[in-house]
Amino acid sequence: MKLYGKFFIMHLKEAMQYKVSFLLTTIGVFLVSFNVFLGIFFMYDRFHEIKGYQLSEILLCYATVLLSFSLAEMFLRGFDTFAGTIGNGEFDRILVRPRSPIFQIVLGKIAFTHIGRILLALCMFVYGIQASGIEWNIYKVVTLFLMVFGGTVIFGCLFIIYAAICFFTLEGLEFMNVLTDGAREYGKYPLDIYGKRVLRFCTYLVPYSLFQYYPFLYLTGRTEKSIYMWLPLVACLFFVPSYLLWRLGLRHYKSTGS
Amino acid sequence: MHELRSFNKQLRKYKSFFRIRFSAGLQYRAAALAGIVTQFAWGAMGILGYKAFYNENPGSFPMSFEALTTYIWLQQAFLAIYMMWIIDYDLLRTITDGGIAYELCRPFELYSMWFIRCMADRLSKVVLRCMPILIFAAFLPKPYGMRLPQDPNAAIWFIITMVLGLLVTVSFGMLVYIINFFTLSPMGVRLVAASLVEFFAGAVIPLPFFPDGLRQAVELLPFASMQNVPLRIYSGDIHSTEIYLRAGLQLFWIIFLIFLGKRLIALALKRVVVQGG
Repeated sequence: MKLYGKFFIMHLKEAMQYKVSFLLTTIGVFLVSFNVFLGIFFMYDRFHEIKGYQLSEILLCYATVLLSFSLAEMFLRGFDTFAGTIGNGEFDRILVRPRSPIFQIVLGKIAFTHIGRILLALCMFVYGIQASGIEWNIYKVVTLFLMVFGGTVIFGCLFIIYAAICFFTLEGLEFMNVLTDGAREYGKYPLDIYGKRVLRFCTYLVPYSLFQYYPFLYLTGRTEKSIYMWLPLVACLFFVPSYLLWRLGLRHYKSTGS
Repeated sequence: MHELRSFNKQLRKYKSFFRIRFSAGLQYRAAALAGIVTQFAWGAMGILGYKAFYNENPGSFPMSFEALTTYIWLQQAFLAIYMMWIIDYDLLRTITDGGIAYELCRPFELYSMWFIRCMADRLSKVVLRCMPILIFAAFLPKPYGMRLPQDPNAAIWFIITMVLGLLVTVSFGMLVYIINFFTLSPMGVRLVAASLVEFFAGAVIPLPFFPDGLRQAVELLPFASMQNVPLRIYSGDIHSTEIYLRAGLQLFWIIFLIFLGKRLIALALKRVVVQGG
């Protein structure tokens, strides 16, 4: 953990070396998600509500997804660029060092530029928390916290799976973008608006709905079942298959020789 | 007569350069397959989302639902033509690492050469990707699938404005590259430019969904001359004399952006200092 702190500061200093570049990139990352926000805003300007969800509730929902995605991406950025790490032989160097590869990859990169997205998510939180008319009590606060926590774990697992697949293909699979970027984009609305089949996919295959849709129902008072608030913890079990896949890939790994 | 012959020679030169880049792009078939699956999933999710809004209140929908699904499938099929995210890293590197010196030695005019290069890259990506998506989308059940253009006139103008839209996109993309002569922050400039373009071009939500007032203003911008025009002509959302106006506007932006790009590159090259080594 102490080591992590050192690397954290190192990466922060590194990012600050190129201030203009850092600032522009941060603004760029912010704008990408701000576009989605404006899209929601314009749609609501026209339709006012969708399946009974108010704008403030939607923003709260989008904020949890966006915040969890940004946190996962910020700290696990190394997995996102893993194809390059394998391709240039960097991974061979990682393997000979006396620390676990996952730990080293996490250390290798911290994307501070995602701070733009995190700020946007926090703004939406503030607005959503005030305007949604939810009666806040300790349970609801815990629910909100668990949603973000569960989401961060799920997105993190997806990044690990993405990297594990690179062991077999040696390049990133574009399809995984649907599960990460796509989920960030389409997770703006509660998942039930996309229909039953999508909801089922998002419950049993990749458990998005366990941290987004079901706890959200409890949060907004659409259901009284307090079991829903603990579902994000169940979603964290997704780590088990992801980690197994990573182990499998690691055993399968052959150096590219470069 | 002599001038004509030398013009022909010039043209041939650029044509073969185009052919080289184009067939190089065609090599990436596995990437294309992965891209097709991805774009199909994006398109499907987008349509399901709009369907929920449509069910909520069909009267507030600014275009027919079928026009929207057609718009989205075309958008996914021709993504590579219009997407600003596609960036040629080799080209960027030429600017930042001094490879520009070699580029200047070639018997091409720099702007035209890069322009053709970007065009060829985009076209080769699209050729690999568009057909499977279009065919699959055509066989989907009714409100979700793609339909044929309303009339032959729309089909012809769709193709014409699509080419014009490609030229607007490429000439705007050229500006993004050229700016790097001055700033040297490729990632940041690219992200900011791409997200602005995406939004105002109607890639996030189609322009008809914008609030009135704002929409009229946005439709005059160069971004609206990219995918917005051809996709909406195909789906019948833009029709009759409006077509000619939009195409004229596209033409204006092409000329303007190319002029601006050429001026800027001339300015940049004046400042370029190539160090030895």
